[in-house]
Amino acid sequence: MTLDILHPFSITFMDMMNFATHIGLAHFLLLSAVLFAIGLFGLLTKRGIIPVLMCIELMLNAVNINLVAFNHYMPVDDYSGELMAIFAVAVAACEVAIGVALAFRIYRDRGTVNVDDLNSLKG
Amino acid sequence: MTDVLSFIHFIVNGVMDFLVSIGAPDLIMAGIFYLMAAVTVLSALGVVLMRNVVHSALMLTASFIGVGCLYIYMNASFMGAVQFLVYGGAVAVLIVMAIMLTRRPDMAHSNPSRGALHQLGAAIVAAVFCLVMLIVSMASPFRTEASHLGDEVKGIADLMLTEYVLPFEVAAVLLLIAMIGAIILAKGVSENDA
Amino acid sequence: MDFALTHAYLIPLLPALAFVVILAFTRLDKKKSAAIAISMMSVSFVLALLTAGAVLTDHLVMSATYIAKAVWVTIGGIPISMGMLVDPLTAMMLFVVTTVSLLVQIYSIGYMAHDPGAGRFFAFLSLFSASMLGLVISVSFIQMYAFWELVGLCSYLLIGFYYYKDSAREAAKKAFITTRIGDFGMLLGIIACQVAFGTVDFMELRSIVPQYVWSSGTSFLTIVGILLFIGPIGKSGQFPLHVWLPDAMEGPTPVSALIHAATMVVAGVYLVGRAYFIFSQLPIVMEIIAWVGGFTAIFAASIAITQRPFKKILAYSTISQLGYMMLALGVGSLTASMFHLMTHAFFKALLFLCAGAVIEAMNDEADIFKMGGLRHRMPTTFACMTIGVLAISGIPPFAGFFSKDMILAAAREVSMPLYIIATITAFMTAFYMARLLFVAFLGDVKDDCPAEETNAFMRWPLVVLAALSVVSGAAGHFLDFGEWIHYGPYHEEAIDPVIAGVSIVLTLIAYGLAYEIYVKKRWSAMEISHRLGFIYTLSYNKYYVDEFYALVRGAFIDGLAAVCYWLDVHVVQAILDGLAHVVSLVSEILSIAQNGQVQRYVAVFYCGVIVLALYGIYYAVRVLGILGGAF
Repeated sequence: MTLDILHPFSITFMDMMNFATHIGLAHFLLLSAVLFAIGLFGLLTKRGIIPVLMCIELMLNAVNINLVAFNHYMPVDDYSGELMAIFAVAVAACEVAIGVALAFRIYRDRGTVNVDDLNSLKG
Repeated sequence: MTDVLSFIHFIVNGVMDFLVSIGAPDLIMAGIFYLMAAVTVLSALGVVLMRNVVHSALMLTASFIGVGCLYIYMNASFMGAVQFLVYGGAVAVLIVMAIMLTRRPDMAHSNPSRGALHQLGAAIVAAVFCLVMLIVSMASPFRTEASHLGDEVKGIADLMLTEYVLPFEVAAVLLLIAMIGAIILAKGVSENDA
Repeated sequence: MDFALTHAYLIPLLPALAFVVILAFTRLDKKKSAAIAISMMSVSFVLALLTAGAVLTDHLVMSATYIAKAVWVTIGGIPISMGMLVDPLTAMMLFVVTTVSLLVQIYSIGYMAHDPGAGRFFAFLSLFSASMLGLVISVSFIQMYAFWELVGLCSYLLIGFYYYKDSAREAAKKAFITTRIGDFGMLLGIIACQVAFGTVDFMELRSIVPQYVWSSGTSFLTIVGILLFIGPIGKSGQFPLHVWLPDAMEGPTPVSALIHAATMVVAGVYLVGRAYFIFSQLPIVMEIIAWVGGFTAIFAASIAITQRPFKKILAYSTISQLGYMMLALGVGSLTASMFHLMTHAFFKALLFLCAGAVIEAMNDEADIFKMGGLRHRMPTTFACMTIGVLAISGIPPFAGFFSKDMILAAAREVSMPLYIIATITAFMTAFYMARLLFVAFLGDVKDDCPAEETNAFMRWPLVVLAALSVVSGAAGHFLDFGEWIHYGPYHEEAIDPVIAGVSIVLTLIAYGLAYEIYVKKRWSAMEISHRLGFIYTLSYNKYYVDEFYALVRGAFIDGLAAVCYWLDVHVVQAILDGLAHVVSLVSEILSIAQNGQVQRYVAVFYCGVIVLALYGIYYAVRVLGILGGAF
């Protein structure tokens, strides 16, 4: 069995139109994947510590979208998914608080917030 | 007059019927989704690409709000509210404060990226990762009907205070510890107190 | 079955208990220690007597034995049983060992009176006896091997009892290591036995071996027999592993008596006797046993003639007598061997205890040529010593006559050369024992001789042993020792007048010769030794066996060490250095990755995540068959 969705002849124009006009789970998953990838790209390229933090927040948001979307579109009988998203938000809030405090502390101790310069662990 | 009104009624009904018959409500909902998705994604791109870190922060807030709107789109209005309050409010403010505290003389280039080669590598990693996630997304079941779960706030509250009461408490403790930790990290401990 | 028979296990158990109790509680109190050891030994002795009585009354014979055993451990599906096997041979050994041990322990009260370590001494003596008794009642090779090693351990502890003396430590090590060589051979033999027959139980083997020989021949069994015989060679001081025995004199004299008479050295002879059903099937091995025994007998006797220290002479005499026993076994007479073992146990214990008394009286002076005229100072010891000498030389009606005569007769039946060797050995034995007696006890008292008669504790065991040395031979002969302990069909042997006559005449000639040389001094001993020159030197230096071993061992060990050194420097070191270089090289390469850049770590991490996700997709599609529902 192969991945039929990648087989060009199995997808008709009507299929594509249907997909484009009926918003469902897959759309949110796609959005979340794109958002996550953007966050990842930022995480890998930014030099400053605070932009890196921002990118992490983006990625967390992508994950939360997934959670809520699954909860909304899948046949479940309670709000566990949203609850998990709320917990994730709480943890993310902590993370931002600590991250910002760390950034401030690093800036005060070292006079820089560049990730490049924070390489004391270099082997 | 009545004729005019009934004509108008007829016309409106006819237009509505026509619109429904061609799937206009779905189109409108789809349009709203695409609009908000575009806001979210473009803002996220702005976060990554802006050269001024303050602009990045602004874009980040916009992205958060877009995500919150998407939550509301999915009938998760409580989640949307949380998103607006926590991300759009608290986190955004925190980050702006952090930017202020670590301010540099040249704010216009305060959000530097790495070299081109580095960006290429990161882009490849991110793109491949995105591709993989897209495959997974496309492979997941295609569903458009929402499940009907009743009142959202009540449902979440029931779960949070019964089945998930322990994680709830742990989250509370975590927040407390984070607060204390953040204060100590930021303020520092003087040698005399240690 | 009466009490003594079913509870024969108590005989070794009680001294073992004494060992534990003494070591745990009364080690520092020599009187209590002695009391515990001796009381336990006495009970064992009584039990041994009762066991012997039970064997006689129940008519247990060699082919109908009393066995009680239980599985001790099961290793790899092979059950190893511990238990007891009582037949006339066992009963005789129990009797001899307990008797000698008891007398030696009583003697030790006097001998160790002024030694602060007496408590420890009694503990070790008890363990020594317990080990030997356990060995005697063993039901299988494994059990015997365990006790065999225990005996070895005890001998190590006791020979090295004066551990503050260098020579004692060295002697203890020598005894332990030398016998270990033999033990290793024996262990191989036992393993071979297990492999070949699937059992090491004596009684099972006894029924299996004849069938095996009948069906498969003796070629493999011969190897097993030779391996097994290496153990007795080490333990019973046969040539070429006899070197530890004379050095074992470093221990306290009661230990020497115990080692030489009743416990350690006869273990080897006993093992051959116990496993006689194997050896007797193997003509080649029997031949080897006989010739090893015969050669050891004459070889040790020729050394004993020139030795000067009292106990060294006795030590070589023991080796010589053990050679006799092996010779008897080799020529197929279990009866003669065991008979001689018994009588020898008594008179050799007697001789050693006398030696102990004399040496103690002489303030640790062991050279017999520095003694003289002790007859006047120590009349009881002299009388006992005389009886011992007469017994070992084989003068009727003393014990040695009957047993030695039986061996000579058995040897005569099988092989003339062996008979001649045995007879010459008898002549030499008589000569050196007479020399010992005459030089030490006759003649004039030296001016500075401090000797006094010993105390009662040391005197009475001598008397008892002397009595046993007188009667045990005749008793064995007239009470048909051979009817009880024999292998194969029993046939009564009368004393051959020719053989007996020859040996008596030779003995008397030897006595006369010794008297003329050492008492009348008709010929100067010095002059004779000069005349003999080379031979004398050879004998006096024990044929340089020790030196030869030292040379071989030195060459071997030095050579091995050189090889090892070379290997260590050029191979092991090189490998290790190479490894270290490889490691440092690899770590240098790897440390490039460890650049402290968090973002690179994240990138690598996400590459891993991608791989995992791809595998997850592959798994979902290929294995679970899940397909996307988006279209």
